[in-house]
Parts: sequence; structure tokens; C-alpha cells
Amino acid sequence: MNSNNVIQAEGLTKIFGDFTAVNAITFEVKKGEIFGFLGANGAGKTTAMKMLIGISLPTSGAAQVAGFDVFTKAEDIKKNIGYMSQKFALYDDLTVKENITFFGGIYGLSKVKIKIKTKELIDDLGLDEVANQLVGSLPLGWKQKISFSVALLHEPKIVFLDEPTGGVDPITRRQFWEMIYRAAHEGTTIFVTTHYMDEAEYCDRVSIMVNGKIEALDTPKKLKEQFQVDNMNDVFLKLARG
Amino acid sequence: MKIIFYIIQKEFKQIFRNKGMLPIIFVLPLLQLVILSNAATFEVKNIKFAYIDNDQSTSSRALIEKFEASTYFNVQTSFPSEVLASSAMLKGEVDVVIDIPLYFERDLQKDKKVNLGITINAIDGAAAGVENVYITQIIRSFSKQIKMDLKQKSDSQIQPVNIETIPLFWYNETLNYKTFMVPGILVLLVTMITLFLSGMNIVREKEIGTLEQINVTPIKKSQFIIGKLFPFWIIGMGLLTIGLILARLIFNVPMLGNLVLMYAYTSVYILVILGMGLFISNFTDTQQQAMFIAWFFTVIFILMSGLFTPIESMPEWAQILTEFNPIKYFVEVMRMVMLKGSGFIDILPQFIKTLIYAVIMNILAVWRYRKTT
Repeated sequence: MNSNNVIQAEGLTKIFGDFTAVNAITFEVKKGEIFGFLGANGAGKTTAMKMLIGISLPTSGAAQVAGFDVFTKAEDIKKNIGYMSQKFALYDDLTVKENITFFGGIYGLSKVKIKIKTKELIDDLGLDEVANQLVGSLPLGWKQKISFSVALLHEPKIVFLDEPTGGVDPITRRQFWEMIYRAAHEGTTIFVTTHYMDEAEYCDRVSIMVNGKIEALDTPKKLKEQFQVDNMNDVFLKLARG
Repeated sequence: MKIIFYIIQKEFKQIFRNKGMLPIIFVLPLLQLVILSNAATFEVKNIKFAYIDNDQSTSSRALIEKFEASTYFNVQTSFPSEVLASSAMLKGEVDVVIDIPLYFERDLQKDKKVNLGITINAIDGAAAGVENVYITQIIRSFSKQIKMDLKQKSDSQIQPVNIETIPLFWYNETLNYKTFMVPGILVLLVTMITLFLSGMNIVREKEIGTLEQINVTPIKKSQFIIGKLFPFWIIGMGLLTIGLILARLIFNVPMLGNLVLMYAYTSVYILVILGMGLFISNFTDTQQQAMFIAWFFTVIFILMSGLFTPIESMPEWAQILTEFNPIKYFVEVMRMVMLKGSGFIDILPQFIKTLIYAVIMNILAVWRYRKTT
């Protein structure tokens, strides 16, 4: 494996019964990259991601994440990655601080470290006033920013974001992408799925999945050239309509 | 260890923050204990009694008076004919009809055999059985009296030797059904609450999506499960404590055995139930499914536990099935320790079986729990 690649997948496949959700995808993600994982609903993005983060066993193929094999070293992968799911997955009935403490705790962070991280996170997001409020009472945009920060709590090498900006307003989306850039700047690799094609433009490289296969993979600029269109939306439409 | 602590801390916060769940966990079960213990009785009282007196004699009236004097019977009416009595029973107006034949007194005096017709509404078979015993007792004492009266008249009669049994009721001298029921109902409450809470708790995290978030952390299965189940173990022990205090204060149930023994047994027993709850939550995707499966098992376990119906009177195949019923062992141990003052050696068989059950159940549950699917 190229030491610059933090994710490397080869012929990765997942079959449910007689339905092939992910059909032999091959790609790699470089260290520090923002990698956009695009595709229509049901194209297999989430399934592919679940194999990479070690909660779904591939049917065949091979993949390494952060240097560990997804078949045999899933638990080692988990130490090195952060994950933010499509569904909001913090505890609504715990406060912002309690959520941070809990997730920091189960990642094995020390008490002191949790304290420092909590303060950092609350200052960064300007959450002073709501730090002791139940997460359930906060607006969606805030929740998602907190989710993202919690996913970065244990300073993972790679962070996986599954449609992180679904259902939030353009301003919050913008702020969210600023957070992503900051994390990438600090050396974290970002693997992000999205529906929004304007967001695809922010990625270093994107792959586009159609019916379980990766149909295109390159920088947004080159993809636009290749398909002779002037935005990612048109690239996507050309591919998805086949 | 530290990681387990974080989970336990979080669980307790969530439990005590949930204003809807707290009363369900602590108030409802105790209400149930008070209500069920008072209501679930095997005694049959206020039996609606009617008679058809074809004889209209002193003897027949004396017999009816005997029933009137009993506290169990509520003498209703006399019916002129069997047809009317039957239709009254059909309507549920009477439970028992006694049919006194013509020449009842004359035949008694002649010392001939007399047949009394007794009809009992046996829709509830158990109640009918109890009623039958009461009636037999009353009639027997009546016939003894008559015989004595007759004896004075004719000494020539050869009296059969009367054999009388005088029962001694051990461990519950006054046959107080509450003494019998309270330990059993306490078992039910501890079981139901811990099974439902543990069964639904992990499924709930599945539903809201937080379980997936947990599964992408490097946490070990055993850490997560111990952290998850420990709070419910504590709650189970807490319920037992409150229940025992109520049993003592309200129902005055004797506590002959060693409390430490009771707690030791319960601590193992709750592990069985928690393992079961976890096992259920592995197989279900929603709290609703988990609830139904938990219900299915509790109903079977309760009805086959010997709590309401004695296991000895079940068919043989059912008796074999009860060997797999954890509630049965708990009910036995509770009653033995509380009422008989049994020691560790006495409950050893139950203790060992429960321990094996706990080990198997938890191994199965942990094995079935998958971080990766």
C-alpha cells in the first residue's frame, strides 16, 4: 500500500441476498484529502462507507483503512476514525457537555483531556450559553456542528461524514464546510458523502457512484472537462441518467 | 473499567432524567404489589346459593340454615322447580343450587340413604372445586348432627368408627393467602421491570441511531454490555428492597430466612433476566417488537411458575417445561427463604440451576451481539 493512501479499496463488494448494493469498487484516498463520495439515493454510498468504518463486513474484495484490513482489523480501524452518521446520533436527553464527556470517555480519553477538549469545542462553536442544555432542544444546524466536533474529539486520522449537511440552511452549510476545511488543514482526511453538487466543488477529488459502481473518479475540474459541462450538477446528471 | 464507568454514568443520567419512565419503574410496580397481593386470592367468598326444597320439613330447613350460617355462602332464594333454578344459573344469578328431595326427613329418620342434588357452576373450575369442598363440609357436619340425634332415639344402631383428620398447616399456619402471594408477586415485579427495561434499552439506541455511533467506536462488546446492564441490575435489587420493606410493613409477611441469602440469589437471578433482555434486543429492531417478545415470555413464565397454579397439578410435559422457567426457581426460593427460613443448602439446587442459566443466557447474548454485521 502506498504510504500516502489512508484508504485503499479493491473490488470491494457487498451483496444482500440477490441484490448487489456495492459492486466491486476500487479507489484510494490520500492523506489529508477531502474526498467527495457522490451518488444518487440508493446508489450504495452508505453501504460502502459502512464497510470502510468496520460495521459491515464486505462480501468480497479487499480494503484497508488507516493501514488496517477491514476484514480482520475492524476494531483497530475504529480507533483511528471518526464517524458522523446520516441520522443525528448524539443523545438528545444528555446536555452538550455530557455528550462530549461520554464520547470522549468511550474513546478512552483521559479526564483532563476530556476537560480540555470540551472547553475547546464549546469555545470554537460559541456554545457557552447552551453547553448545559439538552442537545435535543438545539436547532438541527447546531446539532450537526456538535456531531462533527464530537467525531473529531479523539483526533482521528480519517473522519467519515455521511450526508452531514442534510436539511440545514445554506449559511449553516457554509459554516459547516469551513469546519471541514479547518479539520483537513490540520491533517485530517475527510471522506464525505453528499447530495449537494455545489458541495462537490469544495472537494479535492470526487467519485460518483451509480447503481453500486464507481462511474467516475477525479478532481471536480477534470470531471467537468471530461464531460464537457461547466458544473458538477451536470456531470452528475449525465452520469446518473446514463 | 473507566469506559464502563462512563456508560453507567450516562445510563443513570438518562434513566433519572426521563420523567415518564421513573414512575413506571418505581411507582407502578409497588402499586401492583399492593393491589395484586390483596386481590389475587384463592379463597372463594360470597357464593350465591339457592335451593329447591321439595320436602319443606324441619330437617330440610335445618340444612339450609346451616348454609345460611356459613360466611362463605350468600343464601339467595328458593326455587320451586329445577327448571327455574337452571335458568337462574344460566343467567349467572346463582353459583350453587341444592336440590332437597321429597321425603328427605322421613328417609333420614329411617336411616335410609338420602341423595341430595347439588349443582355447581363450574365455568371457573378452581372456584367450583373450592365450593364443592365447602358444601361437603357443611353437609357432613349436618349428617353427623342428625346421626347423633337419631342415636339418642335408637341405641341399637351400630355406629361406624368416625375417622377425623385434623390438619396442621405448617409455614403459614393461618392459611393467609397474602403470606403466600406477596413473595411471588414481588418476584413478578422484579422480573418484569428488569426484563422490559433491559430488552428495550438497547433496541431504543438502535432506533434512534446512537447504537451505530457506539459501534464505530473501539469500545469492547463486554464493556458496552456490562455498562448497559449494570444499571438495571441495580434497579432490580432496589425494587427487591422496596418490595421486601412493603411486604413486611403492609402485609406483615414473615421473614424467617437470611436476607443475605435472598439478595445473593436475586443478584444471580437478575443476571438471567438481563441476559434474556439483551438476547431479545439483539433480535429485534424496534422497541415494539422487543416489547411483544418480552411479553410473550413473561406470560408463559408467570403462568407456568407455580405462582398461581401449583406445578404439581400440571401435566408431565408441562412440568418438564417449567424446569426452564427462571421465575419458577425465584418463586420457590422466595417462598422457601421467607416463609420456611431455608438456608443455603436447601436452595442449592435452585441456586445452581439459576447460575447455569445466567451463564448460558449471557454467553448467548454477548455472542449474538454484533458490532459488525
